[in-house]
Amino acid sequence: MMTWSYRPWVNRLGYRYGPVIVVALVIFALWYLASIALNANWAFDKAKRQGITLSPVELVQDTWSQDKPRLPVPHQVAQEIWKTTAQKKITSKRSLIFHSWVTMSSTMLGFVFGVGLGVGLAVLIVYFRVVDMSVMPWIIASQAIPILAIAPMIIVILNSVGISGLVPKAIISAYLSFFPVVVGMVKGLRSPDQIELDQMRTWNASSAHTFWKLRLPNSVPYLFASLKIAMAASLVGAIVGELPTGAVAGLGARLLAGSYYGQTIQIWSALIMAAILAAVLVNIIGVAQSITLKRMGFVS
Amino acid sequence: MMLFVLAVALWAALFALNLWLARPGAPSWAGVAVPILFGVALLVLWEATVRGFNVPRILLPAPSSIVATIFSSLPILFADFMQTVVKGALTGYLMGCSAALGVAILVDQVSFLRRGLLPIGNFVAALPIIGLAPILVMWFGFDWQSKAAVVVVMVFFPMLVNTVEGLMDTDKMQRDLIRTYGSSYWQGLIKLRFPAALPFIFNGLKIASTLALIGAIVAEFFGSPIMGMGFRISTAVGQLNLELVWSEILVAALVGTGSYGLLSLVEKRLTFWHPSQRGSS
Amino acid sequence: MTNSTAISARDICLTFQTNDGPVHALKDVSLDIAPGEFVSFIGPSGCGKTTFLRVIADLEKPTSGSITVNGQDPETARKSRAYGYVFQHAGLFPWRSIAQNIKLPLEIMGYSKEEQEERSQAVLKLVDLEGFGGKFPWQLSGGMQQRASIARALSFDADILLMDEPFGALDEIVRDHLNEQLLALWRRTQKTIGFVTHSIPEAVYLSTKIVVMSPRPGRITDVIDSTLPAERPLEIRDTPEFIALSHRVRQGLRGGHDDLEL
Repeated sequence: MMTWSYRPWVNRLGYRYGPVIVVALVIFALWYLASIALNANWAFDKAKRQGITLSPVELVQDTWSQDKPRLPVPHQVAQEIWKTTAQKKITSKRSLIFHSWVTMSSTMLGFVFGVGLGVGLAVLIVYFRVVDMSVMPWIIASQAIPILAIAPMIIVILNSVGISGLVPKAIISAYLSFFPVVVGMVKGLRSPDQIELDQMRTWNASSAHTFWKLRLPNSVPYLFASLKIAMAASLVGAIVGELPTGAVAGLGARLLAGSYYGQTIQIWSALIMAAILAAVLVNIIGVAQSITLKRMGFVS
Repeated sequence: MMLFVLAVALWAALFALNLWLARPGAPSWAGVAVPILFGVALLVLWEATVRGFNVPRILLPAPSSIVATIFSSLPILFADFMQTVVKGALTGYLMGCSAALGVAILVDQVSFLRRGLLPIGNFVAALPIIGLAPILVMWFGFDWQSKAAVVVVMVFFPMLVNTVEGLMDTDKMQRDLIRTYGSSYWQGLIKLRFPAALPFIFNGLKIASTLALIGAIVAEFFGSPIMGMGFRISTAVGQLNLELVWSEILVAALVGTGSYGLLSLVEKRLTFWHPSQRGSS
Repeated sequence: MTNSTAISARDICLTFQTNDGPVHALKDVSLDIAPGEFVSFIGPSGCGKTTFLRVIADLEKPTSGSITVNGQDPETARKSRAYGYVFQHAGLFPWRSIAQNIKLPLEIMGYSKEEQEERSQAVLKLVDLEGFGGKFPWQLSGGMQQRASIARALSFDADILLMDEPFGALDEIVRDHLNEQLLALWRRTQKTIGFVTHSIPEAVYLSTKIVVMSPRPGRITDVIDSTLPAERPLEIRDTPEFIALSHRVRQGLRGGHDDLEL
């Protein structure tokens, strides 16, 4: 519609973010309502045992402040996060920052492995037909395999040969993040069209020149798009990698420990932390993307 | 050691054969033969390495012993398949995808929802949703219902985002054209926008099929009855029965590639007209 | 209003609001088109010729002024399927064969299966595409695709045909051929045609009436009634009469730029 753009910029911001805020508020409201519904049983049970009846207000108060609610309300989760981040020493085993750091370092390690492997493989695929033909179908098939299911096994195997700590988790992350990079980079390196390649030929450019001056710059937008997916995948890999071994540190370990002991608030705070971590990491790439692409002249 | 040298020699020979097959102007069957030969070479090398170097089976069992395990434990594998794939993953997949399709049509109609829900959907699609698994297991119990719930949550957002994007993928001229016929909203949806969205919908369905399997298996790590692929993997790892773990993985891989292949086949039949399907490269 | 005019516009104004302020796409446009006329709209880009066609088709609402199509307001006319519209690109749906594309408006309008078949065969014949019904759009050349889209616009037999630079994307040889065919089609069907173009020879060759338009604000600067006979072979373009008409159109286009700016 043409009419809104004529209004001042405040209205335009409202047009863009207004609905997001409204939908987010609705989600929060539903969350609060849902926790009343889900936690009411426990509240009634408690009241029965104490032989009292609950007024509606007391019921709501109780459902929003239980220790192990089926669904904790947002402010409980926020309190827990505040308690386990700002009010704990970073070195403490109960600090969520410590656990996030553990998860993030294996995410980053895996991400770097995965991206390196992915870019290398993509170059080989683009330049060697035999690699393309023999490896590419398997790479695509590997995407259909629920690789996360092997996570516990990989970790146990690597533990049994004495590799433990970050590396096994990073390997899972690397496996998950290399795929989008290969696919994106192959597409990107092949994106120069025939006219551009012919142009390089008319200048008798070496294949190294064609790679550095034409193919690689052309692949940058594709690379960034893949990096975002790879980062998100890498984080999932790290979290799942922390599940099986009775790992003591990391957001995945917090999830598992929380689910063993029914500490729902702990689960949710780990979950929210993971979401924040994902958002931050992906956004960092997003910022790098927009700066780089602007510098390179892909976007004005 | 001799065995290993032989295997490497065979591998080199197969590689040379592949090089020859991959030469420019090779026959069309080479496109199928090359990856198969590559896979065979890999298997041979694997088997020979395990035997030749006496790799402890806890570390890496030989392909032959994995195959033997598969045949000796078919009933277990089948029961796990039914529990995890059919009851958990498939139910959740169907529910999640159809819900996403319905919501997508709603979101597409209401511009307010599109502007409000889509950025949130995009955000959620990038989150480690799998982390919800312990909570859903707590809510829906240990049996397949909780696995289906995890799958529903996992497939919903990618499917929603893809479908909405697809429904918007018509150009103004096509919409104007439909308008000049005085068509109703539903006519426009069925005749123009839904067919135009099909490539996007299939993209969503494919992504969702992989996620569904992962979700159903990983959710079992958080509690399950005494069957299911995720349960079997985690307990077999504990008993160091790696052959059984690899068997389950092979089943999962077959299910994964099988459903992906099936979806691709249907996609090819329904979206034969799309440039990505009719172009040669 | 009786049906003695197919399209009648009075003082149509249309203003778009943009970031750079209002843009007057159409200003005080008045025009009558009689049934069976072939009217071309010609002018530089931004003169509002396409916008005016879209106003007729109810794809755009005028800011002020009144317009009737077949004696009705444009929305009623659109809903009663008073016109067929041909766009600059064929815009055939790639997932439908040519015949299925032609049946698309018929399906929407609720024709029976037999009638759909009958009509699609008939219009395919009309545009010389017999035997191509089973092909898919992407298997046809650009000229054939555009012919199919004309067939699609003709399939439900509306009295008015609105064409927005239908041959603009085609090469000159194909274009000449299609112009000839279009003229033959018009003589045979006696439809009212509104035709947007930016080619002077095309406008002069096809039309009974040439509407010259000018930008900023979009307005009509000249309306020229053609003196050419109904029968027009391609060679007519070398006659003095044709050249004189072309000259007058060119003058009109030039005049629109530097004369009175209202």
